[in-house]
Amino acid sequence: MLEKIILLLCCSCAVAQHLCTPDASDGYKVRLSIKTALEGQAYEWNENEMFLFRATLAFAMRNHIREQKFEVSNIIVCNETPRVSFWFVVTSPESTSVLIGKEDVEEAVRKSRNRINSAFLLTDKTLEFIGILPTLAAPVDPDTPPWLIVFGVVMGIVGAGIILLLVSSVVQKKRKNEMTDDEENCEETRVKTVENGSVGEGVYNMSFSDDERFTQM
Amino acid sequence: MKLVLPNPGLDLRIPDYNDLERMDKEEAADRPKWDNKAQYILTCVGFCIGIGNVWRFPYLCQSHGGGAFLIPYLILLVLEGMPLLLMEFAIGQRLRKGSVGVWRAINPYLTGVGIASMLVSLLIGLYYNTLIAWIMWYLFNSFQEPLPWTQCPLNENRTGYIPECQQSSTVDYYFYRVTLDTTTSIAESGGIHWPMVVCLLAAWTFICACYIRGISTSGKAVYVTAILPYIVLAIFLIRGLTLKGAMNGVKFLFTPNVEELMNPTTWLDAGAQVFYAFSLAWGGLISFSSYNPVHNNCKQDAVILSAITGLTSIYAATVTYTIIGFRASEKYDNCISQNIRTLLNTFNLPEDSITETNYDSAYKHLNSTYPDIVLGLDIQICDMQKLLNEVTTLHVYTMFIMLFTLICIVFLQGVEGTGLAFIVFTEAITKMPGSPVWSVLFFVMLLCLGLSTLFGNIEGVVVPLKDLNVLPKKWPQEALTGVTCAFAFIISLLFAQQSGLYWVTLFDNFAGSVPLLTIGLFEMIAVVYIYGIDRFNEDIQFMIGHKPSIFWQASWRFFSPVIILVILVFYLVTQAQQELTYLVWDPNSDKFPVLASVPYPSWINAVIFLLAGVPSLVVPFYALCRLVYVTCKQKEQQNDKISHVP
Repeated sequence: MLEKIILLLCCSCAVAQHLCTPDASDGYKVRLSIKTALEGQAYEWNENEMFLFRATLAFAMRNHIREQKFEVSNIIVCNETPRVSFWFVVTSPESTSVLIGKEDVEEAVRKSRNRINSAFLLTDKTLEFIGILPTLAAPVDPDTPPWLIVFGVVMGIVGAGIILLLVSSVVQKKRKNEMTDDEENCEETRVKTVENGSVGEGVYNMSFSDDERFTQM
Repeated sequence: MKLVLPNPGLDLRIPDYNDLERMDKEEAADRPKWDNKAQYILTCVGFCIGIGNVWRFPYLCQSHGGGAFLIPYLILLVLEGMPLLLMEFAIGQRLRKGSVGVWRAINPYLTGVGIASMLVSLLIGLYYNTLIAWIMWYLFNSFQEPLPWTQCPLNENRTGYIPECQQSSTVDYYFYRVTLDTTTSIAESGGIHWPMVVCLLAAWTFICACYIRGISTSGKAVYVTAILPYIVLAIFLIRGLTLKGAMNGVKFLFTPNVEELMNPTTWLDAGAQVFYAFSLAWGGLISFSSYNPVHNNCKQDAVILSAITGLTSIYAATVTYTIIGFRASEKYDNCISQNIRTLLNTFNLPEDSITETNYDSAYKHLNSTYPDIVLGLDIQICDMQKLLNEVTTLHVYTMFIMLFTLICIVFLQGVEGTGLAFIVFTEAITKMPGSPVWSVLFFVMLLCLGLSTLFGNIEGVVVPLKDLNVLPKKWPQEALTGVTCAFAFIISLLFAQQSGLYWVTLFDNFAGSVPLLTIGLFEMIAVVYIYGIDRFNEDIQFMIGHKPSIFWQASWRFFSPVIILVILVFYLVTQAQQELTYLVWDPNSDKFPVLASVPYPSWINAVIFLLAGVPSLVVPFYALCRLVYVTCKQKEQQNDKISHVP
């Protein structure tokens, strides 16, 4: 009895393994570039890491097709190379000889791409699913373009500067006009004192005074 | 040589030495003057050092095999540029008038030279300020993180970028599509692109504000606009020298390729570059030196200015070449890592098996074992020398974009993501403050370079307009500046169209080339043969105390005019032989993203005649008109006399 069960398991494994081939119609190639991404902190790729990959992929399939409970054994991997690249196919949990279609696998991977990447500390570029294009992050697009704000500030300063300069030149001209008016007024008053003639009323002009105003005895 | 054309009445038109002494002592209030010598020198330096020094000169260096270009440039700087410079300084300082006034004083028939200078200054100023508008646009957009030219918009299903952006680059896309929204030919105007109108408004208002009281405001602005570029270039130089591969670039610049010296186009390009670099024949230098005191040592000024211009060109070229060297080194590393990646992926080898050190041996081994597969992989050959020699086409903006991309790559990281993981950046870049700061610094530098040139430009337009009585003399300086700027803004809306880039290129190629050379030639002939070189020498002796030496005499009488004539003739000959084509940004062309070369439409010939022909022909045309007018008047007077005889 026991031998029959073991034989059956081996057969099913063999059959399942048979489903995974390079260039399989429902399979995808995966390529990891761990040393490129992590350099000094790169980890070794071994069976445990492969187990994590299969578990993560099963998680992604469960997220996408919620009715079916995918297990690690449903993810079949083959053709591993030292590059760290391999092919995988996904079998249905209900019957291990039926493969899940390419589109469903692609959708599942796309949805959970971020989670798969972060499980391995990699990015879209270093954990490549050949044939599944990553959805790109949308470019940052603020509501008010910042350049209009800067433009407003700069134009405000420049405009204020122009107005200031114009106003100051007008003010300067006014002052000049006032000063010339004052000078004219001064000349008139001097004329008046001369005309009046009496000593006491005018402003005594010191520049013409002698050192001795009164004759010394 | 006593060859002087008869010039009656010259003494009546110009102030004599006693008048000059008197004017110097009295300090006439109506004529503006410099606050100090430094302002004058800085204004002239700012005028001569423009955006062209930062990109056109390094481009010419690169297209003429690196350092070899420096030799003809420096030789022609001394033989052609310096004598013309002294001539403009001395004539302005002696006759104390702007460009139209000076030529009218020498001989009224020569007023055409001044008018031509004014027209050329106006045409150049129009498109130059458009460059300033573009720089302001980039400056305004630098105040955000991430910078808008580091990302492409996504396509509809979000799996990739818009094809136009994907095929070219984020920087190209941002310039041609977002900033300008370029059409595919100069004939398709495409309507006005309103962000450009806004930036043009900003640019003209800014220049109006700086020049509103003439040199009393612009003289203060030059303290910033002339000095800041040097500081920023120093910062870039220090940063550039710390980059990997920078010394390759600098070595490439300073090792001359002697074969290039045998090529006549190298000498022609050098001569033309010297001429444009000094902003000769624009009329601005004559105006500026007319505000100097009479006994200012203009000969010393000319020598100092030539030295500064030459050194600044070399300085800017060094900065650019550190970045070119880094860029070539980065491209080389990219090329190698791309090849390594292809080999690793195809042969499924472990990641560390092929590195940059054992790439050659690994490649040979694989090629010998699996030659067919390797052949099908399309492995590129990575050649450092070829990358250093790579020359971009002289489209006005390809050079700007190249410099800008280089700055982006160096300081702003993230323009080209592929291969970045394979490149080791120095820690400094991670310790630097955010990338917007570098972008702002770069564009403020370009803005300062452009503004300081525009001051001289506007001087060369406003003063002649006043002298020609086109603008009333009674108006205050503020009104003159305001009206000129408003008028120029309206005309420059031509460049705010979607085809504006092609118009800028057209103006750059034609308005700023032939007319300047012809005006320079006429100026030399006028001063040497009509004003009289002996009288000129005496004037200089009066102003600075001694006559110019034999070097100056020989240059003024022979070397400089001959050099300019040769350059002019060769230029006309080559232009006449070529078919007129221009480069367009056409996403549908085969060679995209390389700019496609397309012939100009036939009506462009009329525009080219307006730009290049009219300023050059104004000189003889005005003389002819005046001759006709004078002879008509004389005939009238004679008729009157006869009829009045009792």
